[in-house]
Amino acid sequence: MEKLLKKDLLGIKDLSIEEIDLIFETADRFKEVLQRPIKKVPSLRHMTIANVFFENSTRTKLSFELAQKRLSADIINFSSSASSVKKGESLLDTINNILVMKVDMIVMRHPNPGAPHFVAKNINASVINAGDGTHEHPTQALLDSYTIKEKLGKIKNKKIAIIGDISHSRVAISNIYALKKLGAQIMLCGPSTLIPKHISSLNVLIENNIENALKWCDVANVLRIQLERQGNNNFPSLREYSQYFGINKKLLDKINRDIIIMHPGPINRGVEISSDIADSNNSLILDQVENGVAIRMAIMYLLSLNKLP
Amino acid sequence: MNKKSKLFNNERLEITIDRLCHQLLENHKNFHDTVLIGLQPRGIFFLDRIKNKIIKILNKEIKTGILDTTFYRDDFRSKEIPKAKETLIPFLVDDKNVIIIDDVLFTGRTVRSAMDGIMNFGRPKKIELLVLIDRKFSRDIPIEPTYCGMKINTITSDRIEVNLAEQGFKEDNIWILNN
Repeated sequence: MEKLLKKDLLGIKDLSIEEIDLIFETADRFKEVLQRPIKKVPSLRHMTIANVFFENSTRTKLSFELAQKRLSADIINFSSSASSVKKGESLLDTINNILVMKVDMIVMRHPNPGAPHFVAKNINASVINAGDGTHEHPTQALLDSYTIKEKLGKIKNKKIAIIGDISHSRVAISNIYALKKLGAQIMLCGPSTLIPKHISSLNVLIENNIENALKWCDVANVLRIQLERQGNNNFPSLREYSQYFGINKKLLDKINRDIIIMHPGPINRGVEISSDIADSNNSLILDQVENGVAIRMAIMYLLSLNKLP
Repeated sequence: MNKKSKLFNNERLEITIDRLCHQLLENHKNFHDTVLIGLQPRGIFFLDRIKNKIIKILNKEIKTGILDTTFYRDDFRSKEIPKAKETLIPFLVDDKNVIIIDDVLFTGRTVRSAMDGIMNFGRPKKIELLVLIDRKFSRDIPIEPTYCGMKINTITSDRIEVNLAEQGFKEDNIWILNN
């Protein structure tokens, strides 16, 4: 396989194992490019990419923007808070207005699940989902899996615990799809109120005790408590959550196993993870950010192959 | 009708690579400021052969690297889609004489993209080009080899088939196929 089969990257659910492998292999090449004195290739110099963010983002937006610049693409940035969306413009009208300015690819984040899918169906340009509500965040899952593969050599049969707010997490869903496809065993751990009822149908283990989860896993992917998405109180207080589900040195010392710690960011230090663990040698948090650029370069490069000039 | 004629066999290839090595040594003496860069996919096999011979003659290590030009190509969307291969240049080329090594020189576009790629590793003093086969009169851009194993006249529809021991073939054979 030498190119992706679809014009868009909307979710991990639609990707084949071969496509994921191709993205990883291409990311290896771009990771080398990022080590060069001049960290730039001209591959996408004929393309214009719009970063359309209807929801806040630091890491993902920066990472996409840097990846686009490293590929020599022209870029425009759009954020809904400073736009005519506030005046009542529809999503498709906004996108079509951007496209008519000869944009070839759209990177889109939206609070509503399925919004990028709707846009992708209605336009010819490639759409990359940079997070749609509580649905999927495919580039994050790919960079997480890539980082695990880089660290452990393989993903097959590795035990990966996803810990925290599963209900409100698009990272969790995309990670489950990606890691399952690559042959990992998955355990979800968190308070019952934050684990969706029917999620076990995805063939994942469920655990409500953090100590048991950490005893079981090779990798702990710790998620942020998404206070902005939580309507009702799913747990009494952050302090109580931290006491029962927070990862700290004391807990890891007690378990006494070499576990890799990951976090998609932004971290609530002292809530889901303590500072000493986030900054420890076991933490791959900064590797994830570094690999994010290479993974996003690979995805945009591969999608651009589908578009003849 | 297809016609297939042999350009190189084992013996001929060995002699030609020997000659190219000696031409390189004549111009670059002890290789103090000279590095060899082989182009993916098949230039890297000739790089290895040339490197081994030169190390044997000079009795010292020389700097070599491999370069994949996919990301620098101007035609990567219009031809069959190439899968990017490994690039490994573990040094800066600032003030070095860089010798690009490839198997066949045809339109010159690969070499142009290779020069772009090399410039991302510093500013070389000089860039030279070594190719085993130069397909004359088929250039799209004005690029000529500094060292050349064999010059041949071809038309665009001709193809060069390179089978090397490194690719798993029993013996080295290089053919030209006339369509």
